[in-house]
Amino acid sequence: MKDTIESYVTPDGRTIGGVLMEMKNITLRFGGVTAIKDISFDIREGEIRAIIGPNGAGKSSMLNVISGFYHPQEGEVWFRGDRRPPMKPYQVAQQGIARTFQNIALFEGMTVLDNVMTGRLTHMRAGMLAQALWKGRAEAEETENREKVEKIIDFLEIQSIRKTPVGRLPYGLKKRVELARALAAEPMLLLLDEPMAGMNVEEKEDMSRFVLDVNDEFGTTIALIEHDMGVVMDLSDRVVVMDYGKKIGDGTPDDVRNNQAVIDAYLGVSHD
Amino acid sequence: MFYREAGDFSTTYSEDSQTFPIKFDRVRYYVVLAVAFLVVPFIVNDYWLNAVLLPFLIYAIAAIGLNILTGYCGQVSLGTGGFMAVGAYACYKFMTGMDIYLMGADGEWVRYALPPINIFFSVILAGFVTAFVGLLFGLPSLRIKGFYLAVATLAAQFFLVWLFNKWSWTYNYSASGQINAPTRGVLGYEVTGPTAEPWAAYLFCLIFVVVLAWIARNLTRGSMGRRWMAIRDMDIAAEIIGVNPLGAKLSAFGVSSFFVGVSGALFFAVYLGAVEVGEAFGIQKSFLVLFMIIIGGLGSIFGSFAGAAFMVLLPVLLKNILVGTLGWPTDLAAHIEFIIVGALIVIFLIAEPHGLAQLWRIAKEKLRLWPFPY
Ligand SMILES: Nc1ncnc2c1ncn2[C@@H]1O[C@H](COP(=O)(O)OP(=O)(O)OP(=O)(O)O)[C@@H](O)[C@H]1O
Ligand SMILES: [Mg+2]
Repeated sequence: MKDTIESYVTPDGRTIGGVLMEMKNITLRFGGVTAIKDISFDIREGEIRAIIGPNGAGKSSMLNVISGFYHPQEGEVWFRGDRRPPMKPYQVAQQGIARTFQNIALFEGMTVLDNVMTGRLTHMRAGMLAQALWKGRAEAEETENREKVEKIIDFLEIQSIRKTPVGRLPYGLKKRVELARALAAEPMLLLLDEPMAGMNVEEKEDMSRFVLDVNDEFGTTIALIEHDMGVVMDLSDRVVVMDYGKKIGDGTPDDVRNNQAVIDAYLGVSHD
Repeated sequence: MFYREAGDFSTTYSEDSQTFPIKFDRVRYYVVLAVAFLVVPFIVNDYWLNAVLLPFLIYAIAAIGLNILTGYCGQVSLGTGGFMAVGAYACYKFMTGMDIYLMGADGEWVRYALPPINIFFSVILAGFVTAFVGLLFGLPSLRIKGFYLAVATLAAQFFLVWLFNKWSWTYNYSASGQINAPTRGVLGYEVTGPTAEPWAAYLFCLIFVVVLAWIARNLTRGSMGRRWMAIRDMDIAAEIIGVNPLGAKLSAFGVSSFFVGVSGALFFAVYLGAVEVGEAFGIQKSFLVLFMIIIGGLGSIFGSFAGAAFMVLLPVLLKNILVGTLGWPTDLAAHIEFIIVGALIVIFLIAEPHGLAQLWRIAKEKLRLWPFPY
């Protein structure tokens, strides 16, 4: 039903808009392995879209297609109403798509503050000369962006570790810093690859709250991969279910929970 | 005791991102500058100038340059000597009046002789020429990384030395194959050639060092520096936040080579005066500058100075103590120098990749809390 209407209001009062990103018949192969088989789905503006599935289902590969690391052999990627030509990851980032990784990918040699500041690089345009002399644009830009970054640091409650080198942080905080860096870009679409993996219950609750707050306060569209079904059911508006590279379900959390193919995949019914 | 951060809060973000956020550091920095500009020129003599000050200042520029490329952007280069040679030879051509050949309307080559350019501008132009050459040799860095890139820059090193041996235009067809710096001055004061005044040569180099160090600091504290460090720490993550790897790497090669080129130009024109390329700018120079940044500290402007000072002072000290005071033979002292440097490189690489600069920071942190460490 919801796929055909232009926009709707969720039970908790958020407005979900039209289609922001659409994947059409994506097929991705690595040599003989087909990681994604002819999958189509869309992501609407303002929604939290979950991608779930057993290990090796192709979820991360799908995010990598969206962010330009992998180029599918078949299919089309549509973003904001236009078909997207094959792009490099940095070009995708410049279009307003930010992400975090399943295995944290922070800049270990830099402080938390510098890591989050790198998230604003797509907004920084001072030329080499201005930077060399630290005049004009360069200085103003640094202060402007620092203000934005401090807001995000406050928002994610990492003020106290601002000047700590990232390498020294525990795992859970690193995940949070990585989210901060992605948020700093003020993305239109935020991709989160297992943001809660390896966290304890308390950390998961914090992270869930942040994901919801980001979506609510900044109106950021979020696509996330998550294994914890409880979290997925709580957070997401709609869920795509993948198994062995194929899409086996797509709909609201309730739809998906009652879908026989999904239940089979999770209970490990043999594929024949 | 006096090194205090307490009560010294930054109240604005621009204050927080300045070079020396702590007042004591700022004051010390101005004192060092004042002594360097107002005291040293009056007491400098030929020995100090040639044994310590000039090499220190000139190597510091090269070390900052290599540190930008290797320490900040993570691209290892063994071509520093070759790029210094480019700076030296370009400076020589500019200061002696370059003859260039352009194709005329009738398809014939026409020779144009540029007038000799003032030494100050010759050095800067030499930096730009080297930056351009550095960009060319930086192109492969998009495809090859780490060890393989190091080998490619090593090839550049040998190629460039070979080029300046073979291409007689670069040394104005001199019979010896050497280049000699003619006497040149700035505002009437000679800074190159055999009759140059020590204080003038010193000040000339000092100005380049101070301005270039300030520029390097500015470039590394803003968005450019973060692009470089992002590429260094994790190139995949750098791409995902919107850093174009080619742009970041090439800008590091270009800026780095500019610094190295200026250093080479000064090394030739002001310090040595006469240069045979293989001798002055051979592979050992590449390693020397690399050792400076490893010992001084990768990714630190201050470390570049510390490393240059260390590598310049060590042989002078050893010579004075071992040869001068203890009467050991010179070659033994030289061997001991190799052993010390070699051991230090290994120690720093394993135990403290951020070099002397980090040791200094740790010492300051201790000092800041002293006498109450908790
Ligand atoms: N770069 C690659 N080269 C070859 N095969 C790959 C590559 N990336 C992914 N694959 C394969 O594609 C399939 C899907 O992998 P993917 O990482 O997308 O799974 P996933 O759903 O994210 O799993 P997990 O829950 O374990 O993270 C796997 O069989 C994997 O081996
Ligand atoms: Mg995955």
